[in-house]
Amino acid sequence: MTRVYDLAVIGAGPAGVAGALEASLAGLDVVVIDAAPRPGGQYHRHLPGSFHALRPGALHHGLERFMRQWEALRSRAEILLGHRVWAVERTGGDAAGGTAGAAMGAAAGAGDTADAGDTVDGTVGATTDATVTVRCLAGDREERPRAVRARALLIATGAHDRPLPFPGWDLPGVLTAGGAQALLKGSLVVAGRRVVVSGTGPFLLPVAAGLARAGADVRGVYEAGGRFGLARHPLLAAGKAAEAAGYAAVLARHRVPYRGRHAVVAAHGEDALTHVTVARLDADWRPVATRTVACDTLACGYGFVPQLELPVQLGCATRRDADGTPVVAVDAGRRTSVPGVYAAGETTGVGGAELAEAEGRLAGRAVAADRGRRVPPLPALARRVDRLTAFARALHEAYPVRPGWRDWLRDDTLVCRCEEVPLSAVREARRLGATDARSVKLLARPGMGWCQGRMCGYAVACLAGEDPAAPRRPIAQPVRLGDLAGLEHPPSEG
Amino acid sequence: MRPPYELVGARPDPAFEISVDGRPVPVVPGQSVGAALHAAGVRSWRSTRFGGRPRGLFCGIGVCFDCLVTVNDVPALRACVTEARPGDRVRTSAADSGTAAARAGAGKDTAGKSVAGAGRPGAAGKEPGGESGGDDEGVNGR
Ligand SMILES: Cc1cc2nc3c(=O)[nH]c(=O)nc-3n(C[C@H](O)[C@@H](O)[C@H](O)COP(=O)(O)OP(=O)(O)OC[C@H]3O[C@@H](n4cnc5c(N)ncnc54)[C@H](O)[C@@H]3O)c2cc1C
Ligand code: FES
Repeated sequence: MTRVYDLAVIGAGPAGVAGALEASLAGLDVVVIDAAPRPGGQYHRHLPGSFHALRPGALHHGLERFMRQWEALRSRAEILLGHRVWAVERTGGDAAGGTAGAAMGAAAGAGDTADAGDTVDGTVGATTDATVTVRCLAGDREERPRAVRARALLIATGAHDRPLPFPGWDLPGVLTAGGAQALLKGSLVVAGRRVVVSGTGPFLLPVAAGLARAGADVRGVYEAGGRFGLARHPLLAAGKAAEAAGYAAVLARHRVPYRGRHAVVAAHGEDALTHVTVARLDADWRPVATRTVACDTLACGYGFVPQLELPVQLGCATRRDADGTPVVAVDAGRRTSVPGVYAAGETTGVGGAELAEAEGRLAGRAVAADRGRRVPPLPALARRVDRLTAFARALHEAYPVRPGWRDWLRDDTLVCRCEEVPLSAVREARRLGATDARSVKLLARPGMGWCQGRMCGYAVACLAGEDPAAPRRPIAQPVRLGDLAGLEHPPSEG
Repeated sequence: MRPPYELVGARPDPAFEISVDGRPVPVVPGQSVGAALHAAGVRSWRSTRFGGRPRGLFCGIGVCFDCLVTVNDVPALRACVTEARPGDRVRTSAADSGTAAARAGAGKDTAGKSVAGAGRPGAAGKEPGGESGGDDEGVNGR
């Protein structure tokens, strides 16, 4: 018999690690799975030991604390790094009839998802409880399929950058803001010599400050929102003044100009980036005046997209966050609409590493309580989550993506990088009668390439005139056919 | 010592080399293939299917698939999440399709100029004020 864990946690970022630690401290048998070779997720991405960094935490706050949690977790839980999860299924319990209809809150009070009567393969009593099967590919080159089973699942898969298309965004030298940050934190590589940072949201500040401290010549930070610039930056509200002031001081020391209501609206170069067009924007982000800035690198990001394919596979209900982004709907214990499945961190709403950790702790404690462990209530933790959630909502409202970005595009601007679909093809699809993102996709093929629409999904939805929808990807990660053939059970059989 | 290394007080293990389309690229142990290429000044190594356009790192975390390479004959690996190992032989589609992104020397300053396979010339040119990258001034009304 394969081992069945009490809890499988997908994601070893701040949310997943905090949740796994709480659950294992409460006595649960926990397995933590992450595709990356090292824990940390995006925020706590750090250098491999081979760098022998004396001050590894110099690149961001809180790394020491995270590593203490990780060490505590390592001695208590099973750790599977280098494991990409491409599918999750639920069997037994009430899962047999499909989970999509499970009502929100059905699990809220119920500690036990076990329901006699439901069966696997029609054998009464084959399971006394629902189990989740997590399908992974292990290893970073020649991958081996591996299935992990658990009675509860915590999804903490985080988010990826949300880019907007503009002419030249496919040129080498144009990176996502998170990508530039990941190069520095994970490999100590400075993304470029002369760098421009553009986009919207508070994340631009640490990216620009990090690049400047690491030796890049940062030619400017162009924030499409935020009319009032740094002096009235929303981070200054709600207790983040010290952090904002820290970034502002770094930018001032390195003489990095910061401009609100400005954005890079075009990137230029033959085979690599040589300069960008920066525009002053009106309130709707339509360019009012432009100028050129020479640079070899652009780090660009318009917020984040939560990675929802696994919860969507399980039928977890989603809701729209303050900015319209689909996120997993959860109750106060981070329970999703599907019994035994929990979610925390950016998957339940983008709010930063501190909130992700606090949510992870709530989730870990709720799983333990639901599985019959004694977990004393911790009202201070719940209050902290409420406070940080309110702060995240305020930031979303302060940094909306405004529709004028569509005016940045030209007919030949690629909307989908993978399938090389230009704006003109998307327009043509609409002329042919495609009235929603799905039909645009079928006609013009944006979002049908390798990245499965992760990079262009937001833009395609906007161009089709609808809000972005939660992703339906039966295979959450591209899988080689040979690996599928090597499975003991095809996924549909569970 | 270079600034990022000073910042964190890093004294990395000795670098090793990998071969990328037959040229040596230095790697600090623990770096991904993509990070090592980017650090060596190679900004593009994939050539797109339709336009033959150069691509390299974009998302940096394994979600965009722009950075695909073949390592030791294993195809379609994401360079940004594939840790380099001593002796790795990396092959790029830019080399296969004969674009110069790959022919430009690794370890040199830029990724070189493309000669073949480049369809559209980026999105370059049409914008006013182009060329010199005149910096922060020179506002063009519109
Ligand atoms: C590239 C990038 C860089 C960022 N850098 C910063 C920063 O410097 N400062 C900051 O304040 N915020 C940063 N953020 C924001 C980030 O979202 C943080 O708020 C924080 O890391 C969120 O924590 P989390 O636990 O929810 O998810 P994450 O930290 O994103 O952790 C999720 C983990 O799940 C794993 N995972 C995802 N899908 C799968 C799968 N299918 N199979 C296996 N494992 C999987 C990932 O490998 C990852 O380790 C960054 C975001 C991105 C996308
Ligand atoms: S850079 Fe996006 S997958 Fe490697």
